[in-house]
Amino acid sequence: MGFPHKSHPRENTVLSKHFGDSDALTLSGWRNRGGYRALEQALALEPAAIVQMVRESGLRGRGGAGFPTGTKWSFMKPGDGRPHYLCCNADESEPGTFKDREIMRWTPHALVEGCAIGAYAIGAETAYVYIRGEFTEPLQRMTEAVRDAYAEGILGKNALGSGKRIDVHIHKGAGAYICGEETALMNSLEGRRGNPRIKPPFPAVAGLFGQPTTINNVETLVAVPHIINNGAEWYKAMSFGNPKSTGTKLYSVCGNVRRPGNYEVDMGFPFKEFLYDLCGGPLPGRRFKAIIPGGSSVPIQTIAEAEATVMDYEGFVAGGTMLGSGGVICIDDAQCMVKQIARLARFYAHESCAQCTQCREGTAWTTKIMERIEAGQGTAADLDTLLEIADNMTAKTICVLSDSCAVPVVSGINKFRDEFEAHITQRRCPFRPASTAAAVAA
Amino acid sequence: MTDRKMVTLTVEGRQVQVPEGTSMLEAAKVAGVLIPHYCYHPGLPVAGVCRMCLVEVEKAPKLAAACATAVADGQVVHVHSDVAREARQGVLEMLLINHPLDCPICDQSGECELQDYTFAEGRKDSRYQEAKRFNPVEDFGGDVLYVPNRCILCTRCVRFMEDVAHDPVLNVSERGDRAVIGKFEGQDLTHPWAGNVVELCPVGALLSKDFLNKARSWDLDRAASICPNCTQGCNSALESRDNVVVRMRPRPNDDVNKFFLCDEGRLNYRWLNRRDRVEFPHVRRADALAPIDWDVAVEAAATALRGRRVFVLASPSLSNEVLFLLSRVIARVGGAGAFRVRHGPEAPLDGVPGLSLRADRAANVQGAGLLGFRNSETPLDGVAAGDALLIVDEELAGVDASALSAAVARAGAVVVIGTTLPPWARDATVVLPIANMAEEEGTFTNVQGRVQRYLQAKAAPGLARPGYAAVGDLLAALGEAAVYFLPADVFRALAVAHPPFAGMTYETLGLRGSVVSTGAGSPAVAAAPT
Amino acid sequence: MSAAPGGSSAGPRLAALERAPRADARERDADYQAVFVGARRAELDELLTRYPTKMAALLPALWIVQDERGWVSEPAMAEVAAMLGLTPAYVKGVVTFYTMYHQHPVGKYFVQVCTTSPCNVCGAEDVARAFLQHTGAPDLGATSPDGRFTVIEVECLGACGFATPVMINDEFLESVSADRVPSIVGALK
Repeated sequence: MGFPHKSHPRENTVLSKHFGDSDALTLSGWRNRGGYRALEQALALEPAAIVQMVRESGLRGRGGAGFPTGTKWSFMKPGDGRPHYLCCNADESEPGTFKDREIMRWTPHALVEGCAIGAYAIGAETAYVYIRGEFTEPLQRMTEAVRDAYAEGILGKNALGSGKRIDVHIHKGAGAYICGEETALMNSLEGRRGNPRIKPPFPAVAGLFGQPTTINNVETLVAVPHIINNGAEWYKAMSFGNPKSTGTKLYSVCGNVRRPGNYEVDMGFPFKEFLYDLCGGPLPGRRFKAIIPGGSSVPIQTIAEAEATVMDYEGFVAGGTMLGSGGVICIDDAQCMVKQIARLARFYAHESCAQCTQCREGTAWTTKIMERIEAGQGTAADLDTLLEIADNMTAKTICVLSDSCAVPVVSGINKFRDEFEAHITQRRCPFRPASTAAAVAA
Repeated sequence: MTDRKMVTLTVEGRQVQVPEGTSMLEAAKVAGVLIPHYCYHPGLPVAGVCRMCLVEVEKAPKLAAACATAVADGQVVHVHSDVAREARQGVLEMLLINHPLDCPICDQSGECELQDYTFAEGRKDSRYQEAKRFNPVEDFGGDVLYVPNRCILCTRCVRFMEDVAHDPVLNVSERGDRAVIGKFEGQDLTHPWAGNVVELCPVGALLSKDFLNKARSWDLDRAASICPNCTQGCNSALESRDNVVVRMRPRPNDDVNKFFLCDEGRLNYRWLNRRDRVEFPHVRRADALAPIDWDVAVEAAATALRGRRVFVLASPSLSNEVLFLLSRVIARVGGAGAFRVRHGPEAPLDGVPGLSLRADRAANVQGAGLLGFRNSETPLDGVAAGDALLIVDEELAGVDASALSAAVARAGAVVVIGTTLPPWARDATVVLPIANMAEEEGTFTNVQGRVQRYLQAKAAPGLARPGYAAVGDLLAALGEAAVYFLPADVFRALAVAHPPFAGMTYETLGLRGSVVSTGAGSPAVAAAPT
Repeated sequence: MSAAPGGSSAGPRLAALERAPRADARERDADYQAVFVGARRAELDELLTRYPTKMAALLPALWIVQDERGWVSEPAMAEVAAMLGLTPAYVKGVVTFYTMYHQHPVGKYFVQVCTTSPCNVCGAEDVARAFLQHTGAPDLGATSPDGRFTVIEVECLGACGFATPVMINDEFLESVSADRVPSIVGALK
């Protein structure tokens, strides 16, 4: 659903069907819309059967990495005598992404149900939903949904009368992008700094509190009840034909675009049609210049590249980028790429956890050089330095925050080099009035 | 170890076998290859954050952090390939962008791993044109000063305090490039083992206030030693400049102190530099002690002992060698030996079982007991009328003055072998000046019965001689046939005479020591606390 | 914070000096009263039942403190540490990691304007400037002289399709443009 706009006929609203429908917020309203039937069915199945069904559906992680969910769940060994945990990653912080927020705002019970099924499938009695602290409204709605689900016996020591214990707790973050990284999230939940952990051990072996843990994104978990209700084949069929990318995907669209919002389409949707028809194209009198299709951490596409791209995991890779979190940032021809890349670098420098040398120092250094270029103080050598710093920051650290900072710099310099060079030769930002640029430089 | 599966891998072309689960970094050590690193320390949990130890592993998609990657069979690891070297150069450049160029005034200079690796494989220039980060120097309390501008955030100090000292008073504060090592206002590094963070710091960010601006590291002479300040026997290095000990640091020994030294021990070295030393042999002439040469003094001492029962009051910080020779003196002329131990509060290092600042504040209590000396709070009570009282390196500080004068009055003669001349020693018949432990070679037996060597760190003042030489000459004057040229000779005789030491030589002891055998002959050790 | 007599004619530097001692006492939170008593203690006790370790309740406990006191002072960190069996230094390391815990007192209305790229391209910097202008807060991060407003630029608030999202305390405002700012600020005064 193109929330906050009306649904577009080319959308396939599975997860977003009830966005904007305040009646779906309540437990009774949710039950009237078919809620918790999937949980009831699931609790009658063996956990392994659920895992198998999810595996057959082709569902892949919607948080960014795209790892097959059923496979991830199969790493857990219910009955090994250890406590298992499910973590729901609701720390949605990737710039450009706001789909999980809407899921929790409008369909909190969908997530409670998804968590309960997921927990049961991996042999966990406890699920923690880690919601970023800035999401005050989603936090409130999720807290109410969990409270009501307990009150109705859906959760608790005898979930839906099944005799199985399923607890779901809401955990509020406190302002740290990196806590969206799965092991940082676990550290944060344990009451530590949100430092990513070295892998191995992987969470399925030693995760939260050192116990076997599975961590799934909000959108991933809310897809599960639909798979239980309608079957793996039904889910798999929601695709433009690529068997590796199945189901619907929620895209958050933002930036310089006529109808920003969330859109749900089948995997494999043509990006050009998506951008111009569903989202309404660029603002009046403007042209798209660049698209960052999967949240700020994926390579920037020129509009020409984006128009030729197919929207699924493999399609975005073929288009020189990644599906990532599905946060589509549109940048039009009135924007300065140097300024925006500098701004993104600043974001990563602000959010670096400070563990790895290349990230701690490299994100800050990159920011300083980028801001200097934007201020008209750059030199030609700075571009080479930036690329070498980016190389030093890539594939060398514990997590990928460092890489994520390097990505827009590298793709920006490669694809919009003329804008960088204009800043250097004109000694000012060509997108600002001359007087402003002089003031900034002074 | 023996039941662990072995893994074979190749590091820099050298094949090695290591137990499964070993890190690449440790495996490389076995192959004789040093993988540069900062945050890794074998005495701390792995952090994997400095990224300096990135190595190239054949068929792996990206570089691996050698400290945090377990070896696998058939792995081929390249430490000095172009890719690995470039990665390290990248880390070095990043570490240096905010690091001040103040090596000329930095205490760490010369023993700084950032300096060393930058010299070895860093860039020759800096591409950094922006302002450097600045944070003021902070007093962390205890002996520790924090210079945040030099800090590379390796977190060794934080991990030591948290995981080894179990007293997490240090933290990483803030994040990104604003991060610094922090502490809480009013809660200082006062843990008895906190000073180890200074050694653990690979750069000049954590400094010892005691050592501040005292010496350049390349001007120091270093000797392997044993901390003499309690019975734990922590392995140490005595560092001296111009014949003055200026620092004592821990020397690794997995079986004793791992990598650590307590603050009380580490800072208690000044007595090794005492200036009020007795530098010449003395004999009594009328009412005063007069300096004299060694031969005359030794003969005078022998004369004082001949025909008398001897009561030896020995310091429990004397070497096994000196104590053994003293026991020979007792054996020749008859008598007994005793010692007195100063006590202080125990201070365990929680994260290392068996490691503690021990209540007995002397180096060789265990050795003294094994060699037949009796531990007594009031040892002078053992002095019988007419005894020759032989007091060896014991100042009798805190001993009741009347008990002391009574014992001296009871004694037929008082012979002092020591490093200083306390007021009561002016009544002695003979004084033989000896070296302190920093000025001689010897062994101590620690609380766990481990016999450990220490080496000479500086020269003795004046005519003072090592204790074994002084007592050896006295023994010869008393008619002992054996001749001891070197402390090793004394130790060999000791090992023959005392079953717990059987089979030990300086060679077999090496610098890690060995534990006395706990046969029926050595009940004292069997009962020793660990 | 009213200036001393004659303060109105003093230059900004002198005014800052006059305020300094008072701000200092406030920064130290010298009159800190324990938070975890009565209902707040019960709230923490309930939280502790949700986790297998006490430490896991650290973030929630800090939220309770901030909710109660408006910020997390050093005495507050010490109290939380004591409640959870941690050291104050450990708690401080955690507090300083997370940007939402205020380590200093802030204005009655804490205004966070998202200026990360998706909002930035939609004019978020103008929105931040407008808040500074209309609240009287002298600079980003500083509090207005009347103590009512602190304005900061915040990194991505996760509502990019509703540029520019602004958080005022716990209220989340969507699609704020610079020209809406005067009426928003006016409603708060």
